[in-house]
Formats: sequence, C-alpha cells, structure tokens
Amino acid sequence: SVEKEAPGGGADGDDSLYPIAVLIDELRNEDVQLRLNSIKKLSTIALALGVERTRTELLPFLTDTIYDEDEVLLALAEQLGNFTMLVGGPEYVHCLLPPLESLATVEETVVRDKAVESLRKISQEHSPVDLEVHFEPLVKRLASGDWFTSRTSACGLFSVCYPRVSSTVKAEIRQHFRTLCSDDTPMVRRAAASKLGEFAKVLELDYVKSDIISLFTALASDEQDSVRLLAVEACVSIATLLPQEDLETLVMPTLRQAAEDKSWRVRYMVADKFSELQKAVGPEITKNDLVPAFQNLLKDCEAEVRAAAANKVKEFCENLPEDSRETIIMTHILPCVKELVSDTNQHVKSALASVIMGLSTILGKDNTVEHLLPLFLAQLKDECPEVRLNIISNLDCVNEVIGIRQLSQSLLPAIVELAEDAKWRVRLAIIEYMPLLAGQLGVEFFDEKLNTLCMAWLIDHVYAIREAATCNLMKLVEKFGAEWAQNTIVPKVLGMANDPNYLHRMTTLFCINSLSEACGQEITTKQMLPVVLKMSNDQVANVRFNVAKSLQKIGPVLDSSALQTEVKPVLEKLATDTDMDVKYFAQEAISVLALA
Amino acid sequence: MWYLNTSKTKELIVNDRKWREHAHIESKCCSRAMSSAATTPPSVDKVDGFSRKSVRKAKQKRSQSSSQFRSQGKPIELTPLPLLKDVPAPEQPELFLKKLQQCCTVFDFMDTLSDLKMKEYKRSTLNELVDYVTVSRGYLTEQAYPEVVKMVSYNIFRTLPPSDSNEFDPEEDEPTLEASWPHLQLVYEFFIRFLESQEFQPSIAKKYIDQKFVLQLLELFDSEDPRERDYLKTVLHRIYGKFLGLRAFIRKQINNIFLRFVYETEHFNGVAELLEILGSIINGFALPLKAEHKQFLVKVLIPLHTVRSLSLFHAQLAYCIVQFLEKDPALTEPVIRGLLKFWPKTCSQKEVMYLGELEEILDVIEPTQFVKIQEPLFKQISRCVSSPHFQVAERALYYWNNEYIMSLIEENSSVILPIMFASLYRISKEHWNPAIVALVYNVLKAFMEMNSTLFDELTATYKSDRQREKKKEKEREELWKKLEDLELKRGLRSDGIIPT
Repeated sequence: SVEKEAPGGGADGDDSLYPIAVLIDELRNEDVQLRLNSIKKLSTIALALGVERTRTELLPFLTDTIYDEDEVLLALAEQLGNFTMLVGGPEYVHCLLPPLESLATVEETVVRDKAVESLRKISQEHSPVDLEVHFEPLVKRLASGDWFTSRTSACGLFSVCYPRVSSTVKAEIRQHFRTLCSDDTPMVRRAAASKLGEFAKVLELDYVKSDIISLFTALASDEQDSVRLLAVEACVSIATLLPQEDLETLVMPTLRQAAEDKSWRVRYMVADKFSELQKAVGPEITKNDLVPAFQNLLKDCEAEVRAAAANKVKEFCENLPEDSRETIIMTHILPCVKELVSDTNQHVKSALASVIMGLSTILGKDNTVEHLLPLFLAQLKDECPEVRLNIISNLDCVNEVIGIRQLSQSLLPAIVELAEDAKWRVRLAIIEYMPLLAGQLGVEFFDEKLNTLCMAWLIDHVYAIREAATCNLMKLVEKFGAEWAQNTIVPKVLGMANDPNYLHRMTTLFCINSLSEACGQEITTKQMLPVVLKMSNDQVANVRFNVAKSLQKIGPVLDSSALQTEVKPVLEKLATDTDMDVKYFAQEAISVLALA
Repeated sequence: MWYLNTSKTKELIVNDRKWREHAHIESKCCSRAMSSAATTPPSVDKVDGFSRKSVRKAKQKRSQSSSQFRSQGKPIELTPLPLLKDVPAPEQPELFLKKLQQCCTVFDFMDTLSDLKMKEYKRSTLNELVDYVTVSRGYLTEQAYPEVVKMVSYNIFRTLPPSDSNEFDPEEDEPTLEASWPHLQLVYEFFIRFLESQEFQPSIAKKYIDQKFVLQLLELFDSEDPRERDYLKTVLHRIYGKFLGLRAFIRKQINNIFLRFVYETEHFNGVAELLEILGSIINGFALPLKAEHKQFLVKVLIPLHTVRSLSLFHAQLAYCIVQFLEKDPALTEPVIRGLLKFWPKTCSQKEVMYLGELEEILDVIEPTQFVKIQEPLFKQISRCVSSPHFQVAERALYYWNNEYIMSLIEENSSVILPIMFASLYRISKEHWNPAIVALVYNVLKAFMEMNSTLFDELTATYKSDRQREKKKEKEREELWKKLEDLELKRGLRSDGIIPT
C-alpha cells in the first residue's frame, strides 16, 4: 500500500499532508530496526499529522497496537513523555495517558520504568482538575491491577499527584499506597518500599506519623530481606521529616533492628547509608546509638559489610558533634580501624585505605603522628597493591597535617615496589600519581629518589606504560620548569635516540612531542630539533614517519627561519620516501605547517 | 618497620627486593611457612603476616559458611548421650527428642580448629538419627514433629553469604562449597528420611511445616553449593507431594523467584532445580489447564528465555514448555509467538538454544497449530538460515533433516517456500561457509521436488522482486527526508515544539 499512497503535495507545512496510513505503515514495518527508527522519530510523524490528527488517529493507533519488541516500546514510552506540545499543549495532555497506561503494565522493567518516568513528567502538565479527572483514576486502575506489573508502576505515581488533589482524593491515595505496602507479591512491596521516602515527603506531618511510620515499621520487618533493605533507604527521608523528639520512639527501634538484621544485605545497606542516617537523626542519637552500631558494622562478620562501613569512616568522624568528636574517635572508632588495617579481606583494607588519611585532618598533628602514622605505614606495606595505591593517592591530606617527610622514608619502598609491579595496570596507576607526589615531596627528593623510576618507565615493555611515562614527564616539567628539564630529563630522553631498539627511539620522539611546548623555543630548537632531524635517516619506517609527525607537532614552537631552513628540506625528502606511510605523514606535516 | 631507622636508601631497595623474593617463595609453600618462621630475616616479624594471609585466602576460595556467626564465644560443650539402641524401647522417644535438641547447636566450620570433638559428636549423633528414622517404628510421637522441624530449621536456615566474586560465572568458575556440609548433609538426609517415613503424618506436620518454612526453604535454592541444591530439590518435591495445602503457595513463590530473577537481579543459583521440580508438577496438572497455569507459562516461563545465563537451565526450561504443549496443544501459538518476540539479537549461542527448543516444540506440534504460526515462524527461520554465524545457520538448516517437520513444510510449501526462497537463494551464492552452502543446496533441492512450479516462478521473479524492494527502500528514504525537512521548518517557526 505504500507505493500507491505516495506522499503527495511536497513539504509545504500543511497539517494534513501525509496520509496516516503511510506513516503507520512505517511504524508497522516488518524489520524491527526500521520500526524502532520510526518510533524514535515519532515526533516528526506527529508533526506531519498536526495536533488534531495526532490526538484522534495516531494515539489511538499507538494505544491499540502495543504488542511489540521491548526496545520499540521503550522508545515509545520515552517519546510520549515529550509529546505535550504535539497533542496541542497542556489542555490536551491527558490524551497521552491511555498509551502510557498500557506501557506501564508491560513485563519488561525498563519499559515500565520509562513509562512511569514519562507519566510523572506529564503529570506536572495537567491542571489540578485534569489531574483528578484523568490522571488519578489511572493511578487507581494501575494500583488495583491484576498482574503485579501495573501495581508496581502505580507505586511511582502517588507522590506526583498527591500534593495537587483534594483531601478526599488524598485519602484515597493514602489508602492505595497502604494496600500496596502489604501486597502479597514481593515485587510490589519492593516498589512500594523504594517509594516510601518519596511519598512521605509530600504527606502532611500528621499523616507521616500516623500512616508512614506503621508502613515503614512493617516493611522494615518484612520476611524478604530485599524489602527490608529498601526500608533503610526510606529511613533517611522519614527521619529528616520528623521533629527530633519523635525520632526516638518512631524511627530508632526500627533502625537499631536494621543495623543488627540477620541478613548481611540489610546491614550492608545500613553501612552504605550511614552518613545520611547520621545527618538525619542528629548528634545526640548519633552519640548514643549510631556510634556502637557503627562499631558493630566495622566488626561485622561479612567482608561486604565491613568494606561498606570502612568507606564511611572519614565521613562519619567528620560529622560527629564537635564537642565529643575526638574522644569518640579515639576511644570507639580508632580501635576498630586498627583491626581493619590487618583485615583478611583486601576489599575491606582498600576501602579503608581510600579514606583513612582523611582522619589526620580531623585528629590533628599529635594524634596523627602517634596513632595514625603507624597504620599508614602498615598499609603502605600491604600485600595488596590497591591498598598501597589508595594510601599514596591520598597523601595530600597528611601532607597538610604533618608534612610528607614523616612518611617519605616508607613511601619510597612502596613506590618502588608498585613501580615494578608485574601488573601493568598497577604500574600505570602509580605513574599517574607521580606529578602529585613530586609536588609534595619536592624537587630535591624527586631528583634523588624518583627520577630513575620515571626514566625506567620510558623503556617499559608495555606501550601504555611508555605512553603514560611520556605524559608524566610533561607534567613534571610543568611543575619543575624548563631549566630543570634541561638539566635532568632532556639529556636522557635524547640519549635514547641512539638506542638499538626502534621502540625506544620512537619513545624519544613521543617525549619530544609532549615536552617541546613546556620546554620552550630555545631548548626545542637547539637541543631537540637536531635529534629529530637526524632520525629522519632511520632505517625503520615507523621511526621516519614519526619524525614527520613530530616535526608537525613541534613546528609551532619553532621560529620561521628554523622551519624554512631545517625542517622544510627534511620533510621534503621524507615526502619522497619509498614507504607510503612516511610519504603520507610528511605531506601532511608540510601542509599543516604551510611549508609547501 | 625495618627500614625506619636508616637513611641508606639504595641498600634498602636491594634489601627490599630480597625480602620480597623470600616472601614470594614462602607464600608458595605456605604449609611450611609457619614452621620456617625462624629462617625469615629477623627484621621481618609477625607484623607482616604475609604467609598467614595467603593460607587463609586460599581456603576462603574453596568454601564459605553462612553469616550467622557474629562473634565467636566460648567453646561449645554438649553432654554425650547414650546410643538410642542401648536404651529400652519405651525410653527411646524421649532420648530421640533430647538428641534432636542437641543437634540444634550449630558449629562454625570456617574455624577448622575449634570444637573438633563436639563437631564429631554431632556428626555421629546425626548419623544415628538418620539410621533411627529409617528403621525404627513408633518413634514419631506428636511431640517429635516440632522438635524435628526446629532442628532442621536451626541447621539449614541461614542467610547465604555474599558470592565470593562479584562476577561469578557459573559456567566458568568453580562453585563455592558450603563449609558446614559434613553436618548439613546429614541434616538434609535426616529430614528426607523423616518426610519419607511410613509413620510420617502430614496432618500433624502441617502445623510446623508451614508457609514460612517453605519460604525459607525456597530461599536456600540460591545456595552456590550444587550438593545442597540437589538435596533441597528432593525436600521440596516431597513437601509438594505430601502437603496439598501448600501447593498453590509453593507455585506462587517459585513464580516470584523467577520474576525477580528475570526482571530484577538475573541472579539465582537454583533456577534449574526449581524448573526440574516444576517439570513434574506440570506433568500432574489436571485438564483443562487452569488460567493460573497458563499465565505461569506465558508470563513467567517464556520470559525466562531472556536471561543471560539461559544455558544453565535451558534443558529443564524446554522440558517444562514441551510438557505444557503436550497437555494443551492450543498453547502452541502463544508459546511460539513469545519465543519469536524474545528471539536473541546478538547472542548466537542463545539463538542455537532457541532453535533447539523450537525443534522440540515442532516435534510435538499439531498440524492445525502449525498452520497458525507458520508465517512468523518461518520468517524467523529464514533469518536464522542466513545468519553469518554458521552454527546458527546450520542448526536452522537441520530442521530439514527432521521427517515430521519436513512433512509439515511439504503440506504448506505454498506458504513457506516464498518466505524462505530469497534467503536460501542468496546464501547459496554468498555464504562464506561451504558446509552451509551445501546444506542450502539440499534444502533448495527439496523445495524444488516439493513444488516445482512455484519454485520456477520464484526463481524467475527473484531479480525483479529485489529491484522492487530497493525501490521501496528508496521511497522510504525520501519520505523521511521530506518529513525531516518539515520538522526543520516547523522547528524554526515555533520554538520549543520540537523535542530533541
């Protein structure tokens, strides 16, 4: 039928230009990919049809034919969220509800979630009247659907309509939410639990106390741990909403229970949300309840939980009330931290290593030297490279408090060991910290201890390491200046130009590429350029075309006479090379440098 | 700490290297590491603990235990009881209860050195109990039921520990075994014997083996230890058989586990085992099938095909599907349409599995059902036949070796041949794999013999059909180009209308 009803009339912008059949044929194409493409351009189709026909013809078609591949449905659900203007503005936005309602009931989670997202979006474009006449009934239908999918979707829609409806409808909405919280399908209870906090936020405080708390308590003691752990998330929002005096009776019993739940997943969630919880319940409850709870989590029997808690050590300590912070840390937290330093699980140790340095700012110089420094040193010697890396990457915190000199003697062996680690990713990681370390340790220490390492990486057998080493040199030069480069690095780099290994000779070129700008015109012209030019006679073609590339790269740093008298002849010669790649790059350089 | 008091760095590095080599060797022969502590350099003391750690790590890799041991208290003491056979019969039920109570004590098996004697005592007691429930008569007093269920619950119900590696690949990685298996196995063994015992009365037991019990039992199917899942399978099967009141509940909870597996986590170790049980449950469904069962087929079993780890339970799943179709052939159409909807787009391995399952379905299909789905079905088969992955193409072409399928194709050749022709014709000229080309020639030959008039017709119009397709394609492109021009114009005219 497509051929017969060819689009007529040209694209003059008329509303009824295209017969809907042609467009719908596109949406029905047998090839999924083409169907998907058409759906993704649904707005174009709607535009071609005009607002009225989009409402009366396109949307009914879409509503009726929702049985397609999930990918197509996903695209449709997304499109419809942006369709308000295409159906004629907020006045008509409710026309979008029927197709989105169907999409909100499909099995595939991503489609459903997207439909809910779009529904939430267009709910804002409904007038209060339309919200009650069209939107809220939809929510009710979904909430009492037969199959769990529609009830799951309903959970995400209560909070967007609640604030804008009458009090009778509000009561209905609260009733529906209550029903879903005790649904006999765990999928629905999970959905309800995950929206509990969001829903609590739009409720009046009295209802938070009367309704939400009982739902929260029930969900937090659900038979399925996957539901209970979601209640922990809600706990943060709920605690934030309640006045301090109500927290103890309404929230704390449940939170205490969650922190000691028999399922490690729930305890993990508590550990993971610990900082948020701490802020939500305030300093007094933190002192009395959360400190012992945190200690238990740090000593938990599951490594997952310990690691999650270890991650929060710094934040937890930072947020402790100032008057008792130091005492709490020294007497309650630090003993647990000390044990974690020699934990059996490397994830726990590395989680701790990523935050432990932050404690020094909180505890001050003396405590750091006496209590934390031994821990840092122990972690610097840990068998797991990630632990050592995490310590090294956070040196700046300690540097501020006690100065890095305290650590430098121990740092060195740790750095050397990481620098020679058998895994190239570990070597790569330590290279990336070099500029930072150099800045903190100072030029003297660097020249004495670390310079050799930096040069050794240039001849690593892994390209990624050589590349990173090159980049590292550039950053060092930026830090220590051109004069330092001239004395320490440049001679060594240029020396490699005579290496029998062509990979090393190329490394010289790569270094020059990244160093020339930082080193400036004089060093580039006088020291680097002659070496590059000489290498244009290299036997290996790869070296020769890299010469061409290098010349293109350093050209802007050189003055015009050097370019004309030295660079140009060499490039011209390379442009007649027997190797086609050499020719290509030489010609490219000539044209970029405008030497033709 | 050994390098703290010195400033001769170069020497240190050398030292450091030596030390590492030493540690390395030590970690290789960790069993001797403890005793060789004296030979390590004096500067490396206990602080490092290098060798000890590696010992522990190696062990953790192989086994794990539940997360119920929150703090190790004092050693456990159980007062040894006399053997059941050594006391007079009237006293046995009482002693049986006492032994059940003792076996409620749970030991920490991650700590291989603690409570050795008591662990052995519990093991032998459990063994005794297993024998006792198998051979004795008259032991099952009404008081025994709650104690048996309590003992079993105390031992088997536990929060399963986190998986050792985040990316556990059941096909590649070795499963982590349950450390407490020496006791756990006997508890399961005992429980099965108890359920199978001639004296066992479901009417009494149902007070204790209730929905909550079943729910916890089902959660254990996520255990990584295949031995445990195997026992669980038997236990659940027995419970399903003996407790009629729990059947609907069990099916519903399995439903929930599967739906969560498909749509939320994609992780559950016991899917194959649960499907195996379902296979025999479906077998026993009465006809006509209830709506609930049909919904289970369409909304749960079919979507299970979408899961990444399909290969781990595909055989059991396909068995369930075929069971359903043998019960009620009218379900064939929704099943095949479901499979076509979820047909893998990028995973050739899964595609081969789908094709295998489809052949199993076609083996039992009724000709009237076949006619209903032949068009969409052969459109898919035609795509598979032209797959650049030769295993997919080959698997699809093997259908033509199946006599029953061949007879169905022959009866409907006027519909199927036009669908298949273009793909077959093109592959016979283009496919990179000679084996596929040879197979395609056979299929083309078969079609030619089936319906030579139609075959000749299709051969003759092949070229013009392709040209028509190309023309259509061009018209599509033009249509969209015009539509886009329109969008641009409109977009310019009124701001904000066009969502980007």
